[in-house]
Amino acid sequence: MNIVSPNTLNYIIRNYSTQCLVVAEHDNKNLMASTLNAVTAASKIDGANISVLVAGSKCSSVVDSASKIKGVSTVYHIDHPQLEHGLAESITPVVVGLSNKQSLTHIFSPATNFGKNFIPRVAANLDVSALSEITSIQNGNTFKRPIYAGNAIATVTSDEKVKVGTIRTTAFEKAPADGGSAQKVAIDDWAAKLVDESVQQTGIKWVSQEVVKSERPELTSARVVVSGGRGMKSGDNFKMLEELADTMGGAVGASRAAVDSGFVSNDLQVGQTGKVVAPELYIAVGISGAIQHLAGMKDSKVIVAINKDAEAPIFQVADIGLVDDLFKAVPALTEAIKKAK
Amino acid sequence: MSFKILVPVKRVIDYAAKIRVRPDKLGVETNNVKMSINPFDEIAVEEAVRLKENTIADSVVAVSIGPKESLETIRGSLAMGADAGIHVSASADMQPLGIAKILKKLVEQEKPKLVILGKQAIDDDSNQTAQMLAGLLNWPQATFASKVVVDKASDKVTVTREIDGGLETLEMKLPAIISCDLRLNEPRYAKLQNIMKAKKIVVPTKTPEELGVDVSSKLKIVSVEEPAKRVGGSKVQSVDEVVANLKKHAII
Repeated sequence: MNIVSPNTLNYIIRNYSTQCLVVAEHDNKNLMASTLNAVTAASKIDGANISVLVAGSKCSSVVDSASKIKGVSTVYHIDHPQLEHGLAESITPVVVGLSNKQSLTHIFSPATNFGKNFIPRVAANLDVSALSEITSIQNGNTFKRPIYAGNAIATVTSDEKVKVGTIRTTAFEKAPADGGSAQKVAIDDWAAKLVDESVQQTGIKWVSQEVVKSERPELTSARVVVSGGRGMKSGDNFKMLEELADTMGGAVGASRAAVDSGFVSNDLQVGQTGKVVAPELYIAVGISGAIQHLAGMKDSKVIVAINKDAEAPIFQVADIGLVDDLFKAVPALTEAIKKAK
Repeated sequence: MSFKILVPVKRVIDYAAKIRVRPDKLGVETNNVKMSINPFDEIAVEEAVRLKENTIADSVVAVSIGPKESLETIRGSLAMGADAGIHVSASADMQPLGIAKILKKLVEQEKPKLVILGKQAIDDDSNQTAQMLAGLLNWPQATFASKVVVDKASDKVTVTREIDGGLETLEMKLPAIISCDLRLNEPRYAKLQNIMKAKKIVVPTKTPEELGVDVSSKLKIVSVEEPAKRVGGSKVQSVDEVVANLKKHAII
């Protein structure tokens, strides 16, 4: 009979090398801030050796940025035309290949549309379960994640050989973008043909993209978010919110009701089925506060609600509530903040 | 070859129900709580039925994996216009990987041209099953779909996806996997007549063992807790008070 003493067990655990890969989100020119949040999540695992994968097309500037992230030891990179749009079919074989070659123990990517799209495909190909929207990392195999639209928090342990998951960006600080000097390792030699094979086998073709251009900060990383709901009555009225947001260098968001009513495009939607934000200041204007919306913003530091219905559930979570007609209150607030600055 | 669509549907706590964490902190109370079809799956069924009505698909098969009550969810899908159902008996808290493995077996048996799923179940919020199934089958995937156009002549499907910052359009060779976003369509209400008809359809029940699928999971829920409660703040009387409070919080 073999008996392993607790001391021996500790020894084995301590020396077990933890290889953690973060798959970078980028647009082939710039590294997205979400990648920095994912690197911080990876750093929560004791003794983790953190590497980053930059898979894209003509993306050398992203490789340079990734190599400067503090705490990253290696940046694996591959440049391939089929990786330009980060399709799941092209990126998955690269990640799976890297996992097998480097004996990865953890694979993370941000819980943005990018990460949510390919991470489960990677997990299935590695025959492991995945963890979505990780909000806390206790140790190398214990994680917390919200379920039921954030109305419950589950603590989950994983005994999988590789822990694969997406990281809720608002739950982790950004790793410093400077101060690191990771070694750069090109993996085109073995990975390029895997990309070609997968794209050919699946017959996937990228056709087009429509991106909404905005001068304002990105919704998920903005310090201030001003959101409008059904109470805004029309899309034109969102100009009021834009002015208020601009006064504070913030972003504009919306509730699902405002999106479904066609006031604004759906990429502004904050909520369980939209984006999750946790800014310093969240101003909810004409939003009742359905649980689906609260799931997307209740971790904001300070919440201000402006609503004419004193019974609206949003007031139960708001730090500062103003029961008033938003068409009077919002312009007045914009003016008052301008003056106060 | 006939054009069949497979639509996996999940029975979950109704989206409007207030959930309560169980006293043993190992899950959420489901006894005496209203259960419904997962809203995203309802959209998937609607899309499949519309493809049939537009003479693109020949048949729609609704699949549910879970306890025997999942049959109600299949019946609901049949009442919306699905032609047949398959129930796979399993516990209610199976992980997406096990579900995807069962679905893979059913895909091999049923040979659908399309599998349309909801983008996520509103209970575990995983958003994984469609992608995992696509990975296991090595089929193309289009997740978070807001528009689906099938071209039967060329055996292709064009899908517009909701992505961060806008929309993206992909073209996929069939067979393929699609997961639905909220804005894909507005599901219909089942008519009483169709509900009665749906009751007459025989829905076979299979087991994971019969399908030869190991559904054991290496993920374990250790505890489920209520999230930290926000202390509802105070109401103020004027815009000036709002500004004064923001100053106090050092935000402006």
